[in-house]
Amino acid sequence: MTQSNLLQDLERQGVSRREFLVFCGTMAALLGLPKAASAAIAKAIESERRPIMVWLEFQDCAGNTESFLRSGHPTVAQILLETISLNYHETLMVAAGDQAEAALEGTLAKHKGEYIALVEGSIPDDLGSGFCTIGGRSALDIAREICGGAAATVAVGTCATFGGLPAAHPNPTRALSVADAVPGVRNLINMSACPANAENIAALIVYYLTIKHWPPLDQYRRPLFAYGTVIHEACERRAHFDSGQFVEEWGDEAHRHGYCLYKMGCKGPATSQNCPNVQWNGHTNWPIGCGSPCIGCAEPNFWDVMTPFYERLPNVEGINSSKWLDPVGLSLTGVVAAGAAAHGIGETVRYRRGHRPSADEKARVDDKEHDEDASKHEENRK
Amino acid sequence: MTHVVVDPISRIEGHLRIEAEVDGGAVTQAWSSSTMFRGVELILEGRDPRDAWAFTQRICGVCTTVHAIASIRAVEHAIGAKPPPNARILRNLVMSAQNVHDHVIHFYHLQALDWVDVVSALSGDPAKTSRLAQSISDWPLSSAEYFSDVRKRVKAFVERGQLGIFANAYWGHPAYRLPPEANLMALAHYLKALDWQRRFIKIHAILGGKNPHPQSFLVGGMATPVDPDAQAALNIDTITELRKLVADGVDFVSRVYVPDVLAIAPFYKDWFSIGSGVTNYLSYGEFPLDDNADPTLYIPAGVIHGNDIAHIVPVDQTKIDEYVTHSWYEYTVGNDKGLNPYQGQTNPKFTGPKPPFKRLDVQEKYSWLKSPRYEGAPMQVGPLSRMLVAYGLGRPLRAKQLIDGALTQLGAQPSALFSTLGRIAARAIEAQVLVESMGMWVEQLAEQMARRDFRIQDTSRWDPTTWPRECFGAGFHEAPRGALGHWVHIRDGKIAKYQCVVPSTWNAGPRDAQGQPGPYEASLVGTPVARPKQPLEILRTVHSFDPCMACGVHVVDTRKHELARVRVS
Repeated sequence: MTQSNLLQDLERQGVSRREFLVFCGTMAALLGLPKAASAAIAKAIESERRPIMVWLEFQDCAGNTESFLRSGHPTVAQILLETISLNYHETLMVAAGDQAEAALEGTLAKHKGEYIALVEGSIPDDLGSGFCTIGGRSALDIAREICGGAAATVAVGTCATFGGLPAAHPNPTRALSVADAVPGVRNLINMSACPANAENIAALIVYYLTIKHWPPLDQYRRPLFAYGTVIHEACERRAHFDSGQFVEEWGDEAHRHGYCLYKMGCKGPATSQNCPNVQWNGHTNWPIGCGSPCIGCAEPNFWDVMTPFYERLPNVEGINSSKWLDPVGLSLTGVVAAGAAAHGIGETVRYRRGHRPSADEKARVDDKEHDEDASKHEENRK
Repeated sequence: MTHVVVDPISRIEGHLRIEAEVDGGAVTQAWSSSTMFRGVELILEGRDPRDAWAFTQRICGVCTTVHAIASIRAVEHAIGAKPPPNARILRNLVMSAQNVHDHVIHFYHLQALDWVDVVSALSGDPAKTSRLAQSISDWPLSSAEYFSDVRKRVKAFVERGQLGIFANAYWGHPAYRLPPEANLMALAHYLKALDWQRRFIKIHAILGGKNPHPQSFLVGGMATPVDPDAQAALNIDTITELRKLVADGVDFVSRVYVPDVLAIAPFYKDWFSIGSGVTNYLSYGEFPLDDNADPTLYIPAGVIHGNDIAHIVPVDQTKIDEYVTHSWYEYTVGNDKGLNPYQGQTNPKFTGPKPPFKRLDVQEKYSWLKSPRYEGAPMQVGPLSRMLVAYGLGRPLRAKQLIDGALTQLGAQPSALFSTLGRIAARAIEAQVLVESMGMWVEQLAEQMARRDFRIQDTSRWDPTTWPRECFGAGFHEAPRGALGHWVHIRDGKIAKYQCVVPSTWNAGPRDAQGQPGPYEASLVGTPVARPKQPLEILRTVHSFDPCMACGVHVVDTRKHELARVRVS
């Protein structure tokens, strides 16, 4: 599409050139790029041939699909939808049954090694379990074929990234993340959170179109631009935490005046995501902004390690020495300490403000986890 | 006779497979199979009941509030918590916004393209389309230039050769009957509705922090403070913003959605006598208007038998049983028995063909859904059930007025509602009834602020030590897709057992012990199929129920075990 055509399209949709550039600027800021990058983004969005994507749904709730539909600036996001060619998506595609599967097969054959697979939902670890079949094929079989032939795979949401809700104890269906279900999958990018934030999905696509490679990742293969900061560090209520001003009861004066939700169970100190800055639904609000504690939905195994949701996190920097707080209840200390040891959450909790693990540290964690997961996976399969 | 398999049924939430026998150009028998299972209720055992809403909420990301509401109601019932007026009003707003949003998305993005041919739209004449649009509504976006631009835009999209989600559909199928101009108008509104839904759902972000999966649900109330003078609470600014969003919703539903349905319906009038199926309807009722233990409900509860809307009887939850005769579960009491959810048990056991498979053995077990029955009978649930109960009881008056108005405009009798098209029309009418009611709850919230009533939770029952050692509760809700119930058994402050009986289980469940088909299966019988290889008509009837399969699948496990907090395997 030429630049003038795109602008005409935008204008027809009531979007001015200025609004479009503001959007590109927002994307640049979100991605942590210098301001000048917004021009490059505008050029990339305008000129690229639409990359081909297939969106797979397995043990999912379609929450990430719905999130994707909510992306920020409505009309420009719609252009973004048109900027990709979404060749398969069970919830959105018109074709059904055999014709849907034929469309998918056509894409796989014609664009092998070129398309991008997006995966929503976990994958049961058994070809014969019957816990998730589509067109009579098992989810594991489909995932291995399609992710195996993709240029890159994006796990969208916590279920695809870490196993999520189906994998919560006792994991009745032996649900797996994409990383575990498709060992050695190429260029895996994890976009955790429940659901993944539409702005971050859009930003990932823009990043890829603009910079021509995938963004740097953290130890869980999540893009640093979206998961590089602990919520607690950027929280609008942080000053209240530092001053010892806490909500004690739902609806009390402190709650009405936006004091810190830490004592109500907020998991912001142990969760990395850009919610405080990017917010949700076109920068309308975010959970802490409406008075509800963070539940840690972007973190591995949060259904097990972040629950009970209304109990206080132990070991938050500055908490144990706080003169304002009672000692933390022992039950949750045990839970999170055990969870942290198993899943590396403690690392996040212990990050000092401004401190990040070095690339070496991250790589070690990544490799170790990956090896452990792979061996576990092999054992399970035996 | 031809055996038709449609898998995946697309444009739904979740994974659904339909198998059907087609003979003489129509379906003679059909089987509905849900092909995905997660086990959410088993995961809930041993956990803090106050956390349950967040788990069950993730059963579905489309109807993303409904399982949270049913869950907090079930736990409140068990522990005796009484949410204050602010919580009732906020929940009414969250629930009505969910229904309205869901109905619009369902019509335009999940259902419409069974009736609207996008390829035909490309030959629609913009001037004629403009005249058509202006004849059915005073919605201002209706000029010939506007439709010309939409056509150009879609044409450019098609000519670039990357059809994306529109590729390989049944375009040109003889069952598409709209003139090109009606197709073009509907396609323009498909795109417009994509924009509108992003705006409207900000109501959930304001009241719940985000959507999907708003986060302000709370046992005993809502975790969103209310105070007209506080910046971090729902305040007077919020009231203004809500008024604006609700007005925008009323505008779109009453000037675009409902007129579109009424404009498309006359081209498909035969569908008022196709897809009737099960003749019993169930509604639990919704939207409490006061804070009594047994409140008046804006949308009334009731049971209809044999299409008889003159005799509506009250709902009694003890009459609900679930069967697993054709479901991939086993009952210790025998697979032909029905069990009430309080006694329910589920042991998942897949006995279907090993994937990859071509056909299910429908004589045996063939679905992850159970078969719920009311007094042993299958029931339809959803907007049609609610609107029929409202119509029969004559309240709310607005529902009766709108249904009568639509029937008059279409020259149809009330019996026309018992059909595929009836389900679609009832959904649109309900969206209008509910979006119009939202203003009432916004003003009630403003009145609460004026009264300086800031209570948002029954704080007396928050601490688990105030609960009985053992207690049981049931929570009911009318979700967009119909009657939803959660049953919880709490022991020593933890969940001992949890069960959900949800709309898509009622509608999409398989045959029961007596061989009675579920509503999807029954409604498909008699549905015409012009081209068995392109079963567009099957999609129409199945989509008219608005399937939501992830909701439908559940498991309860009666085995006791300790919850180990950290996954060890």
